[in-house]
Amino acid sequence: MKVAYWPGCVSRGFTPELHGATAKVAPLLDIELVELDRANCCGCGVIAEHNQELADTLNARTFALAQQVAGAELMMNICSTCQGAQSECQERLDASSEYREHINETLSGEGLRYERGLTNKNFLWVLVEEIGLDELRARVKRPLSNLKVGPFYGCYIVRPRERLQIEEEQPRDRYLELVIEALGGTVIDYAGARKCCGFPIVTMNKQASLRQAGTHLGDALDADADCLVTPCPLCHLNLDLQQPLAEGVVGRRLGLPVLHLPQLVGLALGLAPEELGMGRHVVRPKSVIDWSTAVVASAA
Amino acid sequence: MADFTLRVRRYDPESGEAPYWEERTVSLEEHRSVLEGILQIKARSDGSLGIRCSCRAAICGSCGVRINGEPGLACKTHIGAAQRHSQAIGKGGVIEVEPLGNMPVIKDLIVDMDAVHWKKIQRVTPYLIGRQPVPEREYIVPRESMLDITQTMACIQCGACVSDCLSMEADPGFIGPAALAKAYRFVGDPRDDRRHERLLDLSEDPQGIFDCTHCFKCVQACPKEVNPMGQIMRLRRIASSDEQIVDANNGVRHEAALSTLIRDYGLLHEAELLPRSYGGNSWFGKFHPAAARELLSSLPAIVKAVLRRKVSPRQALLGHKLPPEDLKAVKAIYEHVEGRRSPHRSERYELNLFIVGEDEDGNESAPAGAADKEQSA
Repeated sequence: MKVAYWPGCVSRGFTPELHGATAKVAPLLDIELVELDRANCCGCGVIAEHNQELADTLNARTFALAQQVAGAELMMNICSTCQGAQSECQERLDASSEYREHINETLSGEGLRYERGLTNKNFLWVLVEEIGLDELRARVKRPLSNLKVGPFYGCYIVRPRERLQIEEEQPRDRYLELVIEALGGTVIDYAGARKCCGFPIVTMNKQASLRQAGTHLGDALDADADCLVTPCPLCHLNLDLQQPLAEGVVGRRLGLPVLHLPQLVGLALGLAPEELGMGRHVVRPKSVIDWSTAVVASAA
Repeated sequence: MADFTLRVRRYDPESGEAPYWEERTVSLEEHRSVLEGILQIKARSDGSLGIRCSCRAAICGSCGVRINGEPGLACKTHIGAAQRHSQAIGKGGVIEVEPLGNMPVIKDLIVDMDAVHWKKIQRVTPYLIGRQPVPEREYIVPRESMLDITQTMACIQCGACVSDCLSMEADPGFIGPAALAKAYRFVGDPRDDRRHERLLDLSEDPQGIFDCTHCFKCVQACPKEVNPMGQIMRLRRIASSDEQIVDANNGVRHEAALSTLIRDYGLLHEAELLPRSYGGNSWFGKFHPAAARELLSSLPAIVKAVLRRKVSPRQALLGHKLPPEDLKAVKAIYEHVEGRRSPHRSERYELNLFIVGEDEDGNESAPAGAADKEQSA
């Protein structure tokens, strides 16, 4: 399938391994990525907080660019925060034709226009809803047997439920568990899976921010996790990049690796940890690398 | 009639025992409420079970509990739906009922609202201070502004949002969603005389409006669609943009820095964002003592990131930018939207779905390209 691919900013900035891993994994799933390299930052909810109309216009621009991609079935993002911030703007744009006209007027300077009803899905949703768990299972080359993975969603992709169309028959807030299982891994049940990583207040209340990250990492460790997996690069920043500082705040050694979702998928599809950029994490994913070395060795 | 199993969290401080779970089976029709299940246990098998309730119609806000880990009103949750939810999340159809979080438990499902919730409500001066001079007859106000605050007036003080506030979990001093929604009820009321003072107070308190971590827990928890987080974001917007208040948490600087960086780069320049949030919104921000202190304290993370080639020094210094044509388009959007605005809030075009509702234009012709397959509701 062909998708208009929005990588977001952080996946090309402070978590380059995420963008890289997605590029490696997509062909293995027959996803053709047409990168929206002209699109702008979603504003992470912060611009909407400052000026709602500005955020709506900026995201309408991205949506309009996505709608221009010929033959694309949908727009795909790889960031929970993009998903949440963009869904919020889209909710307003789709709700009122008068408002949409007003925003489109601003975009008309560039010859762009957003038409109601874009489908914008995070890679996680694409995996389950477009590719399907059975197909995913069939493509697994190296099942994640004995790898204990804790899911970490990121707030913006699980709340609010109505806006994100999370329903009984579409349990998007359970997808990470389903994907981990489909890849052959063991799901770790711990308190923090759907909690906040703390990143949004890292400049506003650093102690509280890092306490959140540290607490969830600690809870996952106590539940015997080998690693966490997240579809959100901003969560990754607080959970991985800031982990050495979070250790200081919660007063315990952590050292829990945090994988990006495409990295975990890539691993099961047979890619090597280095190919997936795992050498670039602040917390070296030693448990994961050891696991994959052991699996490769036993297969040889 | 069907049988339902409730797994209730029990605790009696006088017993000296730790809290424990207890399972009981009740028989009810599936459209009955979880509260009725609890009351059946109380009536038929264990009269000592503690629950606070009154109206049984989602009006009084007494029976806030956590059901299958999520806060809500026991009287507003169908027991059949709760059972299905339990099945869906892998708890085998057993309905878990616990007291609300973030508040001390008095007994079983009863929490100490006075110790947390009501104290925080008191904190925000929860009453109208009439604008002077008081008119001879009634205050005349625009219809929209009254409609707007009915959203926060719908709060029934059940504490569901307080229960799961993730900022409060990490920082119990945070004023919190219920109280801040209440604060908006008066900030948004044109009859109130203390708008600026209220906002100043909530911005200068480091555990005020800028201590919210934006997790949407309260939005999800609220049984009355008060949208507490949405109200907090509006308090921030009015405090910073309209009242020109600079807060104690770098919140306004952070907002301004992010907004400016996206105007100038089109994409987020993470390395610049941090120092600017502390030191001020310019390239020189990083040389401000507050920014330097912050950068120094983050050094262990920064050094590791560079060593692991997570961030190249070039990227850290220069960031990434959109192509010139697109950057021009982004700047034009900023000029168009921000340029039109004067500091007066009336010029802000804000679509409030609570007031206007949604169009009934779901039947528009499907657009080309990345079109929706399942029209969003």
